[in-house]
Amino acid sequence: MGNPLLPLQLWLDDHPVLQNWLYNLVPVLVIVLLALALRQGLKQPIWAEAARRIRRRPAALWAIGIIGFYGLIAFSDSIGLYDAKKQERVSLLDAISRREKERYYSAPLATMTTGEAFPKPLKEKHILGTDGKGDDVLYQTLKGARTAFIIGGLTSLLTIPVGIILGLLSGFYSGTKYKWIDDLITYIYTVISSIPSILLQIAFVMVLGKGIFQICIALGMARWVGLCRQVRGETLRHREREYVRGARALGVSTWGILTRHILPNLLPTVIIFTTLGISGLILSEAILSYLGVGVGDGVGSWGNMINASRDELAREPILWWNLASASTAMLGIVLAFNLLGDALRDAIDPRLRS
Amino acid sequence: MLNYIVRRVLYAIPTLIGVLLVTWFLFFKTASPEVIARRNLSSRAPTQAQIQSWIKGHGYDKPPLDQLQNSTLDMMRFRFGKSDATKEDILERVKKGVVPSFTIGFNSFVATVFFAVIFAAIAAYFRGTYVDTMTTVICVIGMSLVYMIYIIGFQFLFCKILKLGPTWGFNPDENLIKYILIPTIIGVVAGLATEIRLYRTFLLEEINLDYVRTARAKGVAEPAVLLKHVLKNALIPIITNTVAVLPGLILGSLLLENFFGIPGLGSYLVEAISANDFTVVRAMVFLGTLLYIVGLILTDIAYALVDPRVRLS
Amino acid sequence: MSDVLLSVENLKTYFRTSRGIVKAVDGVSFTVEKGKTRALVGESGCGKSMTALSILQLVPEPAGYIDGGKIVFEGRDLLDLTWSDMRTVRGKDIGMIFQEPMTSLNPTFTIGSQLSEAMTIHGKDFGTAIERAVELLDLVGIKDARQTLRQYPHELSGGMRQRVMIAIALSNNPKLLIADEPTTALDVTVQAQILRLLKDLQERLGMAVLMITHNLGIVSEIADDVSVMYAGQVVEESATGALFSMPRHPYTQGLFASLPARNPRGQDLETLEGIVPDAAAWPSGCRFAERCKKKFDACSVPAPVVEGVRCHLMVSGGTGGVENGEWGVGNQPPNSPLTTPHSPDAPEAIDA
Repeated sequence: MGNPLLPLQLWLDDHPVLQNWLYNLVPVLVIVLLALALRQGLKQPIWAEAARRIRRRPAALWAIGIIGFYGLIAFSDSIGLYDAKKQERVSLLDAISRREKERYYSAPLATMTTGEAFPKPLKEKHILGTDGKGDDVLYQTLKGARTAFIIGGLTSLLTIPVGIILGLLSGFYSGTKYKWIDDLITYIYTVISSIPSILLQIAFVMVLGKGIFQICIALGMARWVGLCRQVRGETLRHREREYVRGARALGVSTWGILTRHILPNLLPTVIIFTTLGISGLILSEAILSYLGVGVGDGVGSWGNMINASRDELAREPILWWNLASASTAMLGIVLAFNLLGDALRDAIDPRLRS
Repeated sequence: MLNYIVRRVLYAIPTLIGVLLVTWFLFFKTASPEVIARRNLSSRAPTQAQIQSWIKGHGYDKPPLDQLQNSTLDMMRFRFGKSDATKEDILERVKKGVVPSFTIGFNSFVATVFFAVIFAAIAAYFRGTYVDTMTTVICVIGMSLVYMIYIIGFQFLFCKILKLGPTWGFNPDENLIKYILIPTIIGVVAGLATEIRLYRTFLLEEINLDYVRTARAKGVAEPAVLLKHVLKNALIPIITNTVAVLPGLILGSLLLENFFGIPGLGSYLVEAISANDFTVVRAMVFLGTLLYIVGLILTDIAYALVDPRVRLS
Repeated sequence: MSDVLLSVENLKTYFRTSRGIVKAVDGVSFTVEKGKTRALVGESGCGKSMTALSILQLVPEPAGYIDGGKIVFEGRDLLDLTWSDMRTVRGKDIGMIFQEPMTSLNPTFTIGSQLSEAMTIHGKDFGTAIERAVELLDLVGIKDARQTLRQYPHELSGGMRQRVMIAIALSNNPKLLIADEPTTALDVTVQAQILRLLKDLQERLGMAVLMITHNLGIVSEIADDVSVMYAGQVVEESATGALFSMPRHPYTQGLFASLPARNPRGQDLETLEGIVPDAAAWPSGCRFAERCKKKFDACSVPAPVVEGVRCHLMVSGGTGGVENGEWGVGNQPPNSPLTTPHSPDAPEAIDA
């Protein structure tokens, strides 16, 4: 028995275009799902009230704006174009912001290289300077947006179904005739959550290898436990409510109860968990990349940029723009998701708990 | 009470066994021995013979039950074997690394919880005012920063500019404080943001409860209401949550020791990662989990001690 | 030397909410005399609890605030006091007990610690406080006082916790005890015990009591004077006997008329039609007008308070708008309440 994912990974590696499509599909899927959920949800007065509350919080609106802005950048990196001059496929983002590779470091808006004994003139203007390999810092930063969205989106897409299904089953059968289901699932998530998540993630990437898909699996494995626990708690709460008992008395099937009565009530939990989780996922990717078990070279990511900037601060003069750019970009999106998650939690939770 | 402790420890055993199963599965079953050997030997373009000898040497060719038994029992007896990369005994290196890592870790833990409670209490006392809002804003921003930024920023500030301590290095014969002071401080600052917000929430949840109104009706002054009545009750969720600080300490250990050149458990793991040293990584995963489980047990015990409703049942 | 211990004058307590300003207490006035009991009666949402909380300035902040009025206790306006002066009133001159004994005590401190705290913060030393605590627990009918001191709230029943609350409130011999629905959350038999206890203590200690309740049975049992509240205002004020024998405000009349025991068997129950208006937007005229069977033109403006009744019918002898067959103020409905008050063992609550 080997790595169950290996065939899939190898196949993906052999079909880079399709792999690309998969990654591009993810943000689209996420947005479509969100829009559907929103449209469905807004019909209910509870959600309309929640939306109203969010609209009144400026921080949340800014957050949505920032996420949208980053999303746009990520999306532009997903649109494929054909560069006839260079005869290769590039993305829209590439077409707009890619710059010539220089020889060496250069400061933002500088005309000569920095840190060399004999500075040479630059081929192009670099708004945020270049890094050690001569690549434009702004360009790399922008490329990182797509990676962040994929990591956040794909991991969430993997985590959510697993967390919901296992949590539902576990909570629903708790204490009943089939309580072994609950015991088993509880045991599994207790075991997995006993391993500190950073260690679990490191172990997974070491075994599966570096890469975006592998990171998503590694991050997801540590993540689903949290959702499963919360979903289980919510299921237990709702299971005892009168309307569920009433439905059973009326003869509604188990499946019916799960999907029509309990599942909709899990939605707020899932949404809040996911939104707040994405910021953690993006931060985790940076940390894993820094430790050398990240997305791997060749993929533009803010974690790789920070990793590369390790030695730059010790130099004279200090080369700070690589680090500053990557961390600011990351701070922006992480802060936005944190603010949005907080606003959602305040808007949705008390409403439904009262 | 003793009953409770014993039960708690006993519950931990199947969990630990489960963890060992998971790590065994992870390291032995998710990829074929070939692939793992290749990954491990990746730096030195291995020949087929080297791969085979690696597989034999690490026991990947034995039947699964044997593998399981060996790795599980070995782990539990702390027989970690030798490092793939450096061939040194893992347990020996671990023993050497324990002191610096635990010193930084334990001190960070205590200081983080202590200061988090203080700042949370201040924010809760001045709830609704700009003090509270500022605290929340700073904490949200703080939660959104990558750990590395904290280290880079404060290392630059404290070591380069203020010259309060060495940027790099460690000498076990000298006074430990000199080398661990700044890493500990950074570890505390990095972990404060989340904890302050959390504790503030716990305090504010209690403030609106009936018994607080009773205390005020008796004539208790506001500071005493917060620091005596509310805090005592909020300590219950606070203590239960201190266990969540532990993974942060592990992460801190990895990064801080790496930045400050401190030869602890964290830097050992980071080296092992770069060297694709599976044996060491396995050992460290086990150790980290063991520590975490011990932390969980201690937290449960502490919770039982603090909440009279649990203590007396 | 006046007999009035507490005089609440035109008290206004408002709340800021997302729907606007809620005027929970909107111009409430009443007095409590030394050694006597006044009941503040009304249904849920009429503002009676908020009135009680306002006296000790325990209104939930930051949403709630006292907008105006005076609360004169022993000659001083409590709303003018500094925070530290107010703290000497709380728990010392005025004691208060609340509705939910299950959650009103701190779960992490012993009974003894919470009881003695009530005394130590007002100057007694710990030793004296403990001794007094034992006396107090005896006083409120808790056997085995010393044992109870070492217990935690969750080890006591609801009735016992309420007794402890009473002991705490009485620990510094207050001149006034405010009781906010102290028996609502208790079993019926325990209710009776607690009420008897309160009445007993009041007589023994010569204390004044302000009793907040929605239960007319309790009112008849222990109150000397009654103020009936509706929609944030006092609509009728009487001595208890007078209220029960001759309710004057249409709301009060409706309340008594709708008591099941007052309605003969086999006939439909008399009810008060309609519901309480939205507190965020009180009607501009008489607030009871839309439900009132006797409303007439004058009721579109706020009613004056005449002889303790807030009703236009009190003005000009009360003949306005009376049709044949309808009964007017002063005349009794067919099923009028008896003069003997109801026994509290089967209390009749007013809530819809």
